[in-house]
Amino acid sequence: MTGAKNPKTTISIPNPIFDLAWFSLIATCVKLLLIPSYHSSDFEVHRHWLALTHSLSLPNWYLDETSPWTLDYPPFFAYFERFLSLFAKLVDPTIVDLHDGLNYKSPSVIIFQRLTVMVSDMVLIFGIYRLGRKLGSRERNLIWILVVWSPGLLIVDHMHFQYNGFLLGILLVSLSCLEEGRDLVGGFVFAVLLCFKHLFAVAGPVYFVYLLRHYCRGGWVRGFGRLVAMGTVVVAVFVAAYGPFVYYGQIQQVFHRMFPFGRGLCHAYWAPNFWVFYILLDKGLAFVVAKLGFTIQVPTASFTGGLVGDSSPFAVLPKVTPLITFVLVLVALFPCLIKAWRNPQPSMITRWVAYAYTCGFLFGWHVHEKASLHFVIPLAIVATQSMEDARHYFILSIVSCYSLFPLLFEAQEYPIKVLLLLLHSILMWFGFSSQFSQITSAKTRATSQKKGYKSGLKESPGTVMQKQAFNIGWIGTSYLLGLLVVETWGQFLHPIILGNRLPFLPLLMISIYCALGMMYSWIWQLRRIISTR
Amino acid sequence: MEKRKGIKALKDEDENNNWWWLVCRGTAASFLSISVFAILVRVAVSIHPYSGAGKPPKYGDFEAQRHWMEITLNLPASEWYRNSTTNDLSYWGLDYPPLTAYQSYFHALILRNFHPDSVSLYTSRGHESYLGKLLMRWTVLSSDMLIFFPAVFYFVIAYYFATQSGRKSDVAWHIAMILLNPCLILIDHGHFQYNCISLGLIVGAAAAILSSKDLLACFLFSLALNHKQLSAYVAPAFFSYLLGKCLKCRNPLFEVLKLGLVVIGTFALVWLPYLQSANSFLEVLSRLAPFERGIYEDYVANFWCTSSVLIKWKILFTIPSLKLLSFVATISASLPSMVQQIWAPSKQGFLYGLLNASLSFYMFSYQVHEKSILLPLLPASFLAIEEPFLFKWMMHYALLSMFPLLCRDELILPYISLSALFILLYHAPGGRQDTSDRCFPASLKSFMIGFLVLCSLILHVVYLAVRPPEKYPFLFEAMIMLLCFSQFVFVAGYTNIKQWKLSKDSTLENKEKKYL
Repeated sequence: MTGAKNPKTTISIPNPIFDLAWFSLIATCVKLLLIPSYHSSDFEVHRHWLALTHSLSLPNWYLDETSPWTLDYPPFFAYFERFLSLFAKLVDPTIVDLHDGLNYKSPSVIIFQRLTVMVSDMVLIFGIYRLGRKLGSRERNLIWILVVWSPGLLIVDHMHFQYNGFLLGILLVSLSCLEEGRDLVGGFVFAVLLCFKHLFAVAGPVYFVYLLRHYCRGGWVRGFGRLVAMGTVVVAVFVAAYGPFVYYGQIQQVFHRMFPFGRGLCHAYWAPNFWVFYILLDKGLAFVVAKLGFTIQVPTASFTGGLVGDSSPFAVLPKVTPLITFVLVLVALFPCLIKAWRNPQPSMITRWVAYAYTCGFLFGWHVHEKASLHFVIPLAIVATQSMEDARHYFILSIVSCYSLFPLLFEAQEYPIKVLLLLLHSILMWFGFSSQFSQITSAKTRATSQKKGYKSGLKESPGTVMQKQAFNIGWIGTSYLLGLLVVETWGQFLHPIILGNRLPFLPLLMISIYCALGMMYSWIWQLRRIISTR
Repeated sequence: MEKRKGIKALKDEDENNNWWWLVCRGTAASFLSISVFAILVRVAVSIHPYSGAGKPPKYGDFEAQRHWMEITLNLPASEWYRNSTTNDLSYWGLDYPPLTAYQSYFHALILRNFHPDSVSLYTSRGHESYLGKLLMRWTVLSSDMLIFFPAVFYFVIAYYFATQSGRKSDVAWHIAMILLNPCLILIDHGHFQYNCISLGLIVGAAAAILSSKDLLACFLFSLALNHKQLSAYVAPAFFSYLLGKCLKCRNPLFEVLKLGLVVIGTFALVWLPYLQSANSFLEVLSRLAPFERGIYEDYVANFWCTSSVLIKWKILFTIPSLKLLSFVATISASLPSMVQQIWAPSKQGFLYGLLNASLSFYMFSYQVHEKSILLPLLPASFLAIEEPFLFKWMMHYALLSMFPLLCRDELILPYISLSALFILLYHAPGGRQDTSDRCFPASLKSFMIGFLVLCSLILHVVYLAVRPPEKYPFLFEAMIMLLCFSQFVFVAGYTNIKQWKLSKDSTLENKEKKYL
């Protein structure tokens, strides 16, 4: 009620904390509504981890095999689950029961676990608050809309069920520290993040080079002193995480659980990355070779069949091993590392880190489509900086969100995911076009007569002049319209025309089509990084 | 006027408003964004349970609507309202006007196409399935999108064209207030009903009034009446405004005749299948007025139910005398606002008239339901920009008055979420600048407000957490009802006075103009 009494003061003095709280609370309301929606097996994974960390003593955490969902996150996440289990026990003791709790689906566990995700999202809000502090209120507002109302996070965290908002929040806090020049804190937070989820380690090289060159400078003595300081902090974090397991002599078991390389190059649903093209090329070559009359060994495991074992799934092209993907990621990272080495600017660190995750996503081993959030969310921070950034982000974030659609395959959630993407696109479009029409309005006045307008949206006559301020070009527009075609085919035309034949085709098309967009984003980011001084 | 608008637009640009990026694209852009969000919220609510889910043998409103689809699809129109071996009227017999029946028939066609089992005669009774629920939910959703949303867009255009005022962010705020009405969303997409259709038609009719298209208003309102008899709650306002306007014309009789013809024509069109014989017409009519269901249902925050704590109306009076009593009370309660509109019809007065008429019907008419509060809430949302506090206050107590119902439907989660969403949107940063809170400056009043809000919050918790004493099992329902009733009385008194003040102001203005 306090807001009702003095609305004038709250409006005339815009308080970013209140505004941000408002944005996040609106999102929370939607998240609350989505509590009964579909959740994947990840829900049971996390429930089992609650039970596991609660019922078992620490040395048994990484040994337990009560459920197929063994603990495969680093120790900090296990500690986090242990912390949550304290509350879970108060809510409903069955949740944390190792055996009775298996596949427990009562409303209490669903509401409790969903609430933990919502509450842990506070870290994301904190990160975004820190990043937005030095920006103008308009940019800040836009960034909030892009991140706090991100459809990808809603789909993955609050429907599919994971804690990405929490983890990305830690990443954003680290990035905000680096941008402010507080390198030691930034490095510390990143080390903490790595002990929560090791998949974030892809940006490790960037962090290493950047901190080495930016933090550890100022002569040999001072530089070395700082290197030691940073090293101590990072080692301290890792000791806190892994120390107990080293003590119990389990460190090998922990790493064995954390890096299950037996899982194969691609997931059942191919993440839209580089390997999609590699597999396609292999299939195409195999077809051509077979046509030419050569006999080739038909691979025993098919990609479309689901998980892939150790045998080579490729007919013609060489087998891809984890080592190859590792080297490829490093090679792709190389230009960025050189840039970071030569001129370690705080203003570029967000781009570099995002680029590192893009490389990891495109060339990594057993990449999950959810990993695209790792670079889409940080890129939102820089999306408002220039028109090119905004254009790229507009396409990237739509593609990334669309590539998450197969996660929610039930009919009930279909309108929700479509509406989320639609709302996001609309808000982004209006946000970016207003943002850049303001900046470029002076320029457009001079050139508006010369250039033709390209915009699919109806606008009032007053804004005709601003029309060319923000557009994604005909290639971008037709690419995004192509998404519509792919979706229409998969949802409506495929079942009518082909019936039950080629059931994997719609998913395959989504993978290929989104992979195109992801490759574009990678090339764009690479060029952007190289072109800056 | 044009110049003033220009200045206002400039002011909008200068302000460091949180919504500049949206509102500077115009009303259509704001409407588009807000409506997509509103649809998203509706879809999210629709994944929750509906009324009577998994509760045989009678289930709830969901089953009623499904049963109507089953009946209308499989029987000829003449059989819809007739009790027979194929159509057992005691099991959710059709008791809404023909337009609802047609709508059921239309939706049944869609359902049959995708999921024939859910609308097959006899065998589908009590049908519950994943796909069936989804399809039913989507019929509501599509009705909402096709009728309520365009009507609101029309209303907003008409309203801001008529009043020629408002910052752009105010317009966006107003759209959000109308579209994200938590009560309407909870009842339609949670509990399961098609109020969006009849309310949407009323919104359209009100917008037509505002844009001076009286014939269109008559047509739309007649359709609303033919979709749900509840629409009659706002009939006095339409009637008195249009009558007052006709009387002001040079040729009143001709104007009234024109409007009357449209109304009669629309009714005749809708009732066509039942006009063959007086018998079939009366048959339908008797279905629409279920007087045997008593003067009130459950614990509704109206006069009859609240006063029944002291006076046992149901025991003391027979049904015919209660009918007469409630009729007289309703008419006399809505009379002041009607008289004002006939005497000095104005567009703004008309909006207040809608609120006053519907409130007096809610208070005094026969067979009122908790859900009937949706009707007074609709005109209150029209007036949200002028009476923001009043609107919030009404919404707060309307939600509270529905709380027991929604608890039964297991919709507590969406209830909490949508109430919070409403409060947040109401206090949107930079959404709306002037509030008429100057009406409530005194510390005593703010204390009263705080106290009442606290009371309602405590009642929520108590209703959920505390088991009522054996002797009075409905103690908390009665307390909720008492609190809501007292607030609705206050609202009704305030809006009636406001409407009369309005006419004084306008007459003063007219006089000034004359002197000038």
